[in-house]
Amino acid sequence: MIHPPISLKPYGRHALLIEWPNEVSETILESILDFEDFLVRDCLKEREWETISAYNSLLLVHPKIEIDFPKFSQSVKEWYERSKGSVAREKVLWKLPVSYDKAFGIDLDEVADRLGMGIDEIITLHTESVYTVYGIGFVPGFMYLGGVPQELEIPRKATPRLKVKKGAVGIAGKQTGIYPQESPGGWNIIGNCPIPLFDRNKKNPCFVNVGDKIQFQKVSLGEYELHKIEAEVGIYKPEKMLLDA
Amino acid sequence: MLKVLKSGFFTSVQDLGRFHHRKKGVPVSGCMDQQSVYKVNTLLENDDRSAVLEITMTGPTLEFEKETSIVLGGALISVTLNNKPIQNYKVYQVKAGDILSYGSFKKGFRAYLAIKGGFRSKEILGSRSFYVPITDKNRLEAGDEVPYEEHQGFTPKISELKVDSLLDETVLEVYKAPEFELLTDRQLENLFSREFTVSKENNRMAYQLSETLEGHQHSILTSATLPGTVQFTPAGKLIILMKDGQTTGGYPRILQLSDKSISVLAQKREGNTISFKFI
Repeated sequence: MIHPPISLKPYGRHALLIEWPNEVSETILESILDFEDFLVRDCLKEREWETISAYNSLLLVHPKIEIDFPKFSQSVKEWYERSKGSVAREKVLWKLPVSYDKAFGIDLDEVADRLGMGIDEIITLHTESVYTVYGIGFVPGFMYLGGVPQELEIPRKATPRLKVKKGAVGIAGKQTGIYPQESPGGWNIIGNCPIPLFDRNKKNPCFVNVGDKIQFQKVSLGEYELHKIEAEVGIYKPEKMLLDA
Repeated sequence: MLKVLKSGFFTSVQDLGRFHHRKKGVPVSGCMDQQSVYKVNTLLENDDRSAVLEITMTGPTLEFEKETSIVLGGALISVTLNNKPIQNYKVYQVKAGDILSYGSFKKGFRAYLAIKGGFRSKEILGSRSFYVPITDKNRLEAGDEVPYEEHQGFTPKISELKVDSLLDETVLEVYKAPEFELLTDRQLENLFSREFTVSKENNRMAYQLSETLEGHQHSILTSATLPGTVQFTPAGKLIILMKDGQTTGGYPRILQLSDKSISVLAQKREGNTISFKFI
């Protein structure tokens, strides 16, 4: 099992940051998530501990204790050594419905024009790819996705919009994603996902976890409306597939 | 219920904060000046997680509908209870129909109103702290009502607290944050030798400082941030994340404020100056 080198950094009195090599890769992400699981399961027993993983880092934070950095980092290093060969995690692929209707995909024409390809081709490329969730942040439920095909790479809009609709699906550079709430934004909008990525009424308000895979599925306007109603009454069930480890 | 007759500039319900959802992008929220809130809740012998009203810049006018006890704290502000002036960090009994009216702020930027047993607005994801879209509202408006429970005949163990105020402090005590080592000698010298001014971009999410340091070209992969993190933009701007600040960011994190210093900064407004000092 691959065990990349880590470095530990102090981050104020209540937190410690663990960094893996500075690259966007699934191997690194897997190593982080394996270790995070191990820490939560076997090491960080107090309820106040929180862990936040993204790309090549993992933050350990406990708002109520003062961390003795030299002592704690020694423990973390020992735990990392011990975590080798820990239990395999469940790997999940979520299939999220997206309407690419022009009523939602307000930048589709412009994107097609700038990339020099047809709208159907854009949709095919966008739905064929399987994306990896490298982090969740910015606003509640916003996923940082990696794995955008090179052909779909397009700069952000020159002028950001002041309001992008909730559920809007956008592309920009090497990134694609869903705006979980209405917010300002500079991505090129190509569709809309009717399923809420963040639902405050659920005990687990965001069903996606860092490390999960995402694939978009093209749906008709009719199906979109149906999912929208399901979402409003709280009975939506995002399609989940378990992947082999 | 506590009836909001006039809202003031920005009044919201806040408690210790919303924990365990940061990994899904939910900011911690909660009181900006936790140090003052701890004192007002303690005087009322409340649990430290009890929710209070956070009152920013200009205050509201409020009407009580049930008997209870209250304590004010944080910013220095002229407040009257039924037209009689009252003071910070002192327990007062209130009755149904009593009117609490805020006047002008004399010192500081955020005042707190604590109530016996805490305010009981809806708890969502483990906290009552206002933050859209977790809660419906960011702030209270005229006509709103905030629930609380009736408390008769509360006799406090201590009825008044003489406090060392944080309001006059201007030095922020800091620790190193993960990208501290990226700073050049010149940037370091500037950072610790000069005063910085709070810009007009200051709110519950972040405080930006007006003066800049020499810019840089470092970029980092998006990584976790905390309330009190000082971010350093390529243009040389310093942004200090506060309680509603986003949970991840892509700017180098150079310093981390102590808990006390977050409270000190929370009492500053546009034009106030601060400086940094290592603990």
